[in-house]
Amino acid sequence: MLTLSDVHAYYGKSHILHGVSLEVGPGEVVGLLGRNGVGKSTTLKSVMGLARPERGRVTFDGRDITGLQPHHLARLGIAWVPEDRRIFRLLTVLENLRTGLDRSGVDDARRTRLLDKVYAAFPVLRERRNQAGGTLSGGEQQMLAIARAMMLEPKIILLDEPTEGLMPRMVSQIRDIIGMLHQEGVAILLVEQNVPLTLAVSGRVYIMEKGVVRHHAPAADLRANPAVIHQYLGV
Amino acid sequence: MTAATDRWDRPHWIGFAVVVGLLVAAPLVLPPFWQRFATEILIWGLLAMSSDILIGYTGMVSFGHSAFFGLGMYGAAAALLTVRPPNLWLAIVYGLVGAGLVAAFVAYFATRLRDIYFSITTLVFSQIFYVIIFTWTAVTGGENGLTFRQPHLAVPGLADVTFTPTVLHWFVVAVVALSYLLLRRITRSPFGMVLQSIRENEPRTRAIGYSVERYKIVAVLLSGLFAGLAGVLYAIQNKFAAPDFVFFLVSGEVIIFNVMGGIGTLVGPVVGAAFFLLLREGLSRYFEYYLIPVGIIFILMVIFLPQGFLGFLRRRLNQ
Amino acid sequence: MGFEPILVQTVNGLVNGMILALVASGLTLIFGIMDVVNFAHGDLVMLGGFVGASTMAVTGNFWVALLVAALVIAVFGAALQVSTLRPLLGRDPLTTILATFGVSLVLQKYALWQWGPSARNLQEPITGRFDLFYLQYPWYRVATAVLAGAIIGALWLFLKRGTFGIWIRATTQDRIMASAMGIPVPWVHTTVFAIGAAMAAASGVLFGPLGGVTQTMGSDFTLRAFIVVVVGGMGNLGGSILAAIFISLLEAYASLFVSPAQAVIVSFVALILTLLFRPTGLFVPTPK
Repeated sequence: MLTLSDVHAYYGKSHILHGVSLEVGPGEVVGLLGRNGVGKSTTLKSVMGLARPERGRVTFDGRDITGLQPHHLARLGIAWVPEDRRIFRLLTVLENLRTGLDRSGVDDARRTRLLDKVYAAFPVLRERRNQAGGTLSGGEQQMLAIARAMMLEPKIILLDEPTEGLMPRMVSQIRDIIGMLHQEGVAILLVEQNVPLTLAVSGRVYIMEKGVVRHHAPAADLRANPAVIHQYLGV
Repeated sequence: MTAATDRWDRPHWIGFAVVVGLLVAAPLVLPPFWQRFATEILIWGLLAMSSDILIGYTGMVSFGHSAFFGLGMYGAAAALLTVRPPNLWLAIVYGLVGAGLVAAFVAYFATRLRDIYFSITTLVFSQIFYVIIFTWTAVTGGENGLTFRQPHLAVPGLADVTFTPTVLHWFVVAVVALSYLLLRRITRSPFGMVLQSIRENEPRTRAIGYSVERYKIVAVLLSGLFAGLAGVLYAIQNKFAAPDFVFFLVSGEVIIFNVMGGIGTLVGPVVGAAFFLLLREGLSRYFEYYLIPVGIIFILMVIFLPQGFLGFLRRRLNQ
Repeated sequence: MGFEPILVQTVNGLVNGMILALVASGLTLIFGIMDVVNFAHGDLVMLGGFVGASTMAVTGNFWVALLVAALVIAVFGAALQVSTLRPLLGRDPLTTILATFGVSLVLQKYALWQWGPSARNLQEPITGRFDLFYLQYPWYRVATAVLAGAIIGALWLFLKRGTFGIWIRATTQDRIMASAMGIPVPWVHTTVFAIGAAMAAASGVLFGPLGGVTQTMGSDFTLRAFIVVVVGGMGNLGGSILAAIFISLLEAYASLFVSPAQAVIVSFVALILTLLFRPTGLFVPTPK
């Protein structure tokens, strides 16, 4: 469904991605591991049109989306949960959700359903729905970022380090949410530093090093053979 | 960092010699109107060059050049009106001091403000001086400005010549040419390199260890002094000083010269000034509101040709 | 000096302040959302005034003229943004300053060409005066302040509620994330610019009966609006309104002692002091 073919991307003048190729099928949870600075976040950003892809292609549902502006991608069904969450701090929780919820073609009944579903998954957001996004704790903001992405009813969510800086209790909550999304058939491209979590939820895993994909295997293989993980990540 | 030299040096000096030669010959071949026009182009060219130091080399858009220019003009006027007999060198000194004081004032703010805040502040300064000059009629002549006599080109012990248009023209050519040489030397020196580095990436320049504030102050002072010099020359040529020249729109026109000619090239702004003034002269006979198409061309250049004519030529020829 | 002139100047200051607030809100809105310093903003005020004057000459109705001017300039503003500012998005701020300066120049000369050098006057829609202390104060001035306030209030409501208000606020805070959420950012930019232009045009028409419409009023308004926006905190809507009133009051009081031409120096001084001591804005709660 989502395919990156030999993508070279730049951040300003720095050449970060040196030919990344990977793919995510419908409903799959795919992990992307690698040390800090190898270009994992940049890979997600190049899908979102935020890191200039100079060479290579990104296709989604058979359609070339290379370099398209982000708002087109959201309409096509690609949602992005960035590394620093990027909550709209001055908007309330509900208004944050509405940035994704208020779309054309969604009638009131469906909107209420979506909202209820998300409040059920994240009760704390219902409580704080009229509070400004900036007043939420780190974990709550992460919940909000994911909930906001769900408002787009996406086919795939690009999740960038969702568990960074979270307490273990929240980490397992994230794990449950990924499971829930997977149940609903939403594909996920998960960038993470947390190896055990990634191996637990993903079907397949790519490992990156210095701007390219170095290894690709089913998560089961990597769980059985941790030496590979040690080799690339030193963990 | 060493001074920059490139393969354009030889052609440059040849070109320079040719242009100066033509300018010197101009009053002997051109009819009076065009001769005066040539002199004026040189003066505005000097003003544009001074502005280029800030815009082109240091990356600071200043609307304050009308203030520097104006104070150079009024400073010269002060000297020529208060001291008898009117002394050319005193006029220059007064003018430079006047412009220098304003420049020092602006320089102080230059170090504390960035980008648009700086630009707006320089605009405000121009307007402050405009209002003061416009309303302080007793001293500045208010709306009507000041008129005075031209001084003699007098070097004590050597010569005492009246400024005929031709002599004045040659004097202006000399002053502007010398200024150009001086500015060129400065912009190609290590100091000039640092200025450009500030324009390209200020935080990095600071990180390397340069005192960005000091460089900016010097840049503003330099720019202001040469702008003031242009003002003095204008006063001497026209024998009057008026508040119109302090209005910020004059600064705006100067910026147009800079952009059209090519910022950061020193020569470009002079070309831009010549181009613009000739355009004005030519078009205004046919279409009174010539600034409308010229303005549109300016906007298009900002969007598509931000390097200006010279920058565009330079890139083309380098390929 | 008696008590009364001061109170009269207070009312004058408030009236002028509200008009200035209307102009400045548009400018700060535009800056807040797309980091564009619109040098031509005051000239939109001027154009609005002229379009209003011409419309009124045809229809004889002030309110129709106000509406038409706002709509025409809104459309013009949108076209301007799309043609001139959109290509410059992401380039350094120097270029937008230069581009909008160019636009300002063209608009001023265009106005000179189409409407000539003399001032246009607009008839007050509400005539009559009331007793304000020792003089007869025109009702129209009070109406202007009220109307300007109403427009600003409507803007405020628009921003706080409704989907488009959320889009504008989200885009202002984080353009990239807003885009990632499917918000059509380029279109939001154009619409906000059009709204700012409409507000500027409305100010021009409202100001018409007070001061007449001239080519040079553009630069004057631009300069004052800038000062207000900087003093109020760039991008801060509430701050701009307070700053506009503050600055206008200062000028009004100053003109008790000096001529109006010199009274503007007061606002220049306010700007310089703000830049020196509280550069993020006098009316911003905490300096960032």
